[in-house]
Amino acid sequence: MEKMVNIFLFGKKYEVPANLTIMTAMEYAGYQLVRGCGCRNGFCGACATIYRIKGDRELKACLACQTTVEDNMYIATLPFFPLVKEVYDINKISVNESVMMQLYPEIYACVGCNACTKACTQELNVMQYIAYAQRGEFEKCAEESFDCVMCGVCSSRCPAGISHPQVAMLARRINGKYLAPGCGHLEDRVKEIKNGDFNDLIESLMQKPVEELKELYNTREIEK
Amino acid sequence: MYSEKYQESLAAVSAARTKNIAMEPERMTAKQKEDLLAAYHPDYKASEFSVLKIGPNKGDKVPHELAEMLQAHSRISASDIDLSSPDYETDVLVIGAGGAGTSAAIEAHEAGADVIIVTKLRMGDANTMMAEGGIQAADKPNDSPAIHFVDAFGGGHFAAKRDLLAKLVCDAPEAISWLSDLGVEFDKEADGTMVTTHGGGTSRKRMHAAKDYSGAEIMRTLRDEVLNRKIPVIDFTSAIELILDDSGKAAGAVLMNMETKELLVAKAKTVIIATGGAGRMHYQGFPTSNHYGATADGLVLGYRAGAKLLYAETLQYHPTGAAHPEQIFGALVTEKVRSLGAKLVNRNGEVFMHPLETRDVTAASIIRECSDRDNGIETGNGTAVWLDTPMIEEIGGEGTIEKRIPAMMRMFEKYGIDIRKEPILVYPTLHYQNGGLDINVNGMTTNVENLFVAGEAVGGIHGKNRLMGNSLLDIIVFGRNAGINAAKAAKTTEIGSLTLKHVDAFEKEIMDAGIETDAVSPKLLPDYTRKVNA
Repeated sequence: MEKMVNIFLFGKKYEVPANLTIMTAMEYAGYQLVRGCGCRNGFCGACATIYRIKGDRELKACLACQTTVEDNMYIATLPFFPLVKEVYDINKISVNESVMMQLYPEIYACVGCNACTKACTQELNVMQYIAYAQRGEFEKCAEESFDCVMCGVCSSRCPAGISHPQVAMLARRINGKYLAPGCGHLEDRVKEIKNGDFNDLIESLMQKPVEELKELYNTREIEK
Repeated sequence: MYSEKYQESLAAVSAARTKNIAMEPERMTAKQKEDLLAAYHPDYKASEFSVLKIGPNKGDKVPHELAEMLQAHSRISASDIDLSSPDYETDVLVIGAGGAGTSAAIEAHEAGADVIIVTKLRMGDANTMMAEGGIQAADKPNDSPAIHFVDAFGGGHFAAKRDLLAKLVCDAPEAISWLSDLGVEFDKEADGTMVTTHGGGTSRKRMHAAKDYSGAEIMRTLRDEVLNRKIPVIDFTSAIELILDDSGKAAGAVLMNMETKELLVAKAKTVIIATGGAGRMHYQGFPTSNHYGATADGLVLGYRAGAKLLYAETLQYHPTGAAHPEQIFGALVTEKVRSLGAKLVNRNGEVFMHPLETRDVTAASIIRECSDRDNGIETGNGTAVWLDTPMIEEIGGEGTIEKRIPAMMRMFEKYGIDIRKEPILVYPTLHYQNGGLDINVNGMTTNVENLFVAGEAVGGIHGKNRLMGNSLLDIIVFGRNAGINAAKAAKTTEIGSLTLKHVDAFEKEIMDAGIETDAVSPKLLPDYTRKVNA
């Protein structure tokens, strides 16, 4: 007999096997999920969930697909959170803190409560990356926020109304496009291809009998 | 932390580690690979396939589960739908909002077309988001598109459509450049040189990555760009049939709101199917690494409208799905783990193959190790082999795992397994649909005009097996390509009167062929609810 636990989905009690995740426990209980379920592997942020264990004062946040149920767990999913996403033209923005002041001025109203960091389902130092964004240190903001799945739990807890994942998204794009070093060998190769330098080689591969290609493949040199 | 039953085997793996790191296992010969695949790869298991009785691929074999969906009833009859006053009208209708759909939408928009995206879940709920390992492009001095071509053509068993593959490899460096320009953060050295590694079956190190969030980094950037361009995204809305015009051209789709079930009509000059893969069909009962909506919908939509499939009988089983703990059963363990030096090891601590053979060969080899050779480890969910992750730290130095594969570290950490110190248990998981709708090099299907396809729903780019890193590449190259060409075709398209006659005609084919089925398709979502009253 498998071990069972009691969980409370939106307040209603269900008995489910103890080894299930919150997501599979909901399905076990009979929910056919449409909202709040995406990649089921911890990458997409669709299944943000808040919970409290009975008797515990602390409200916790997690991804439902990545968290095993516990006895007396009170669960409420957060399948959508109204983040503020400002639109901008990536080719025309300024690459310093003025872009943040213009698009996301509320980050300067951060009160330093650290509720975002405590709530992060990826255990990121959210308040720290917002601090980097405030100072226009986009490279640091990008690195600190890199594992963000944009589930929005941080923003749901923020008294200043900050949409942390969108701030970080902007910082990462600025970093990727403008601040990271350019790549010479990539530029060269794009030019060579445009110039038609490989056309003859590719054309000959297009025409070769399969047997010759097999020989080529089976005897090719593999870089160590 | 592994329980007592694993300790003896773990000790053997640990004891052999130094020796196993130093050893360079031999690669298999072409003949050895052929024999291995024929004996152990799931694609070769004849009892798992049905012959299609109707449609453009009548007489071809596909997995039972796909045959059922391809030969199922429509969710509607033509008479249910009023086509005279469409709810949406646009130049280009993109069905699906993963990497291919968003790339297509961005390029079609850039070309000046009106674009609408429909997606049955949210934008970015897609296999793209979960692609961990990387994206191939031959941009290093010791590499070339021609070498990339040979690697991919051979890895796909010499079955790829050569013009599609040539486009894939020749457009690859520009795809990386385009993504960089959108702000995607690739792993680079301080001087800007791309950090690149091998994938299974590559002969040059051309795997570009963004840690092990490569797909997520690409997807979230493309999503942000779609939003910046204010391209309308109709989410939680699936396409359930294509609409044709009276000359047989694709001209829109019937849509269904996933929550309210309301039916809607979208009229478009051109249509792009970018619906992704099929892991949630669970072919042969395999678990899957795919996202929740991967149910082969695009193949069904296209097939009913008369489009042909190519290589729909070939699936990719990723060799390293998580086999333990059961909460993450089937989840992807990126190939990058092996690119960084981890080897596959059996119960006795023996390395039983070169870790960077192609995926089909590696999967078959693991299945052999766990079946006939009986060298697997029992997990309670079947058998598995070890992937010896601590090797990575010994080879690359302390901290390599945290820096290069943080998502993997996090995934196992949640269940008390520190992959820096302990190996992990893996077994093949259903990962990728090699086949799909047959297209020309302009992205249009070979026999339905103005119906374009991009991404995993396409067949023929990779042949019968795909190399790691060529899927993130194909969604970008062929996504952009479809967007550009669909926008171009839209400019000269005059839509005739809309029709769903093909839906009724297909229903008649089902009847005439004597197929008895209660199934309806497309499937849209898997049903994982426990059947309490069943």
